[in-house]
Amino acid sequence: MKINCRSIARGVAEGEVLLTHDPISFLGNVDPKTGEIVEAQHELYGQSISGKVLVFPHGKGSTVGSYVIYQLSKNNVAPAAIINLESEPIVAVGAIISEIPLVDRLESDPFKLLKNGDMITVNSTGSFVEIDKA
Amino acid sequence: MYLTKEEENTLEGEYGPSLQKAIEILVALGDIYGADRLIPVKSAQIAGVSYKTMGDAGLEWISDLEGKVKIPSILNPAGMDINKWEEMGIDPVFAKKQQEIIEAYAKLGIQTKCTCTPYYLEGFNVTLDDHIAWSESSAVSYANSVIGARTNREGGPSALSAALVGKTANYGYHLDEMREPVIAVEVDCKLSGSDYGALGYVVGKTVGSRVPIFYMRNKPSKDEMKSLGAALAASGAVALYHIEGVTPEALRNKFNKPDEVVPVERKQIDEVYETNRDILSSEIIAVGCPHCSPEELEKIARLVDGKKLQKEMWVCTAREVAQRYPELVQIIEKSGAKVVCDTCMVVSPATNKYASITVNSGKALAYVPSMCKVAAKYASIEDCVKEAGVIDEN
Repeated sequence: MKINCRSIARGVAEGEVLLTHDPISFLGNVDPKTGEIVEAQHELYGQSISGKVLVFPHGKGSTVGSYVIYQLSKNNVAPAAIINLESEPIVAVGAIISEIPLVDRLESDPFKLLKNGDMITVNSTGSFVEIDKA
Repeated sequence: MYLTKEEENTLEGEYGPSLQKAIEILVALGDIYGADRLIPVKSAQIAGVSYKTMGDAGLEWISDLEGKVKIPSILNPAGMDINKWEEMGIDPVFAKKQQEIIEAYAKLGIQTKCTCTPYYLEGFNVTLDDHIAWSESSAVSYANSVIGARTNREGGPSALSAALVGKTANYGYHLDEMREPVIAVEVDCKLSGSDYGALGYVVGKTVGSRVPIFYMRNKPSKDEMKSLGAALAASGAVALYHIEGVTPEALRNKFNKPDEVVPVERKQIDEVYETNRDILSSEIIAVGCPHCSPEELEKIARLVDGKKLQKEMWVCTAREVAQRYPELVQIIEKSGAKVVCDTCMVVSPATNKYASITVNSGKALAYVPSMCKVAAKYASIEDCVKEAGVIDEN
């Protein structure tokens, strides 16, 4: 099944879905060395975003967060791809400089469509995401 | 968003991966904010210089980039004076990393002048309606408000992208309709000097990221507007303000008075001077946030001429401005105060070792307590010099 979306950072990647309803401040919420969410109040506390298709509403917090995404990528613990409801500059810039495909504005609500563990392909270059057949 | 053939080619990677990423950033921001196209910009000022805020991640990113900027570009203040870092008590490991960041920018053709007041420098003079891509919040405010040029508050990577491409996305404060005031601030008393920084400190919280228009009893000088804008951008997120009868766009556009009106009384200004009054004697005094203008340097020189200060006092300014006025620097330094270039009390880790500081800047008052964990007091420039413990040599 193909779902159209808007492309923010181009590229194609496949991975397992990890959803959160909480916005993410990459500076402070994520350990750049391990890719683990270290903010105790966060829905994903203790989980690793490494290699996942990370689905969250939008970024927040310091603009230094863009560089934290870059650091995750350099440490090979970045998400494989990112799906936002509505992208904002911190995550957009971080994804572009780190070559992580980033899309937003899916034509159907990703929180209804997707569940944790689904394998999906984010084709940002083609402006669609595709749920892989089991 | 409409792209020219040339821009399309850049986006497809025809001119290499660095330019490709740079234009991808500009296009992504344009898409997020609904820009119709890219527009040329006259100059860029790039944030993300202090190793204190950038860390190794930022250093790594800049070091990986290739190419040369297409427009005059300079940097935000760094974490230390490039020459006097040892004297400031900066850790050599930090200094080395800081030098690496600056060298990585230099490799891209960026002038390694680190200042929040680019508008004082050769090659960065801007005029009414010029489009630019500047980062530092007080510089953005000054350019937009006092000069009437047009810039959004760029992040480090977007300003650097604008510098490499020579363009930025046409949205936000580049557009006429986004520059209209939406909230009025009525100041019910006459103000002078550091009162303007206090005003910005008070009003910024209420205004948030909106565009205010001030109705004032008297006309502020450019230095006073610089202090006002810096504080508005720090306690709030104001990138553009107008002053009725004073700032260029207010004079030209004859804005209607917005419905929402915020009154400001003398008492509120006075309260800012009362912050941390229980600190009887602060350990350091720092002025020049934003960096001192030639006029401010002259005023400080007049205040300390022939005197000896007992405490550490920093006078922060752009290196180019300090080099232009060696006689003023000499008078100031003879008093024992340090003329500190390339950095300031907010972004340098050298501030952190003090327990208390006196400043004449609403911006510094807003940031130093949280960013440096130092208790801050507010005073006029005259009282700052008194706080430094003046001994008359004559």
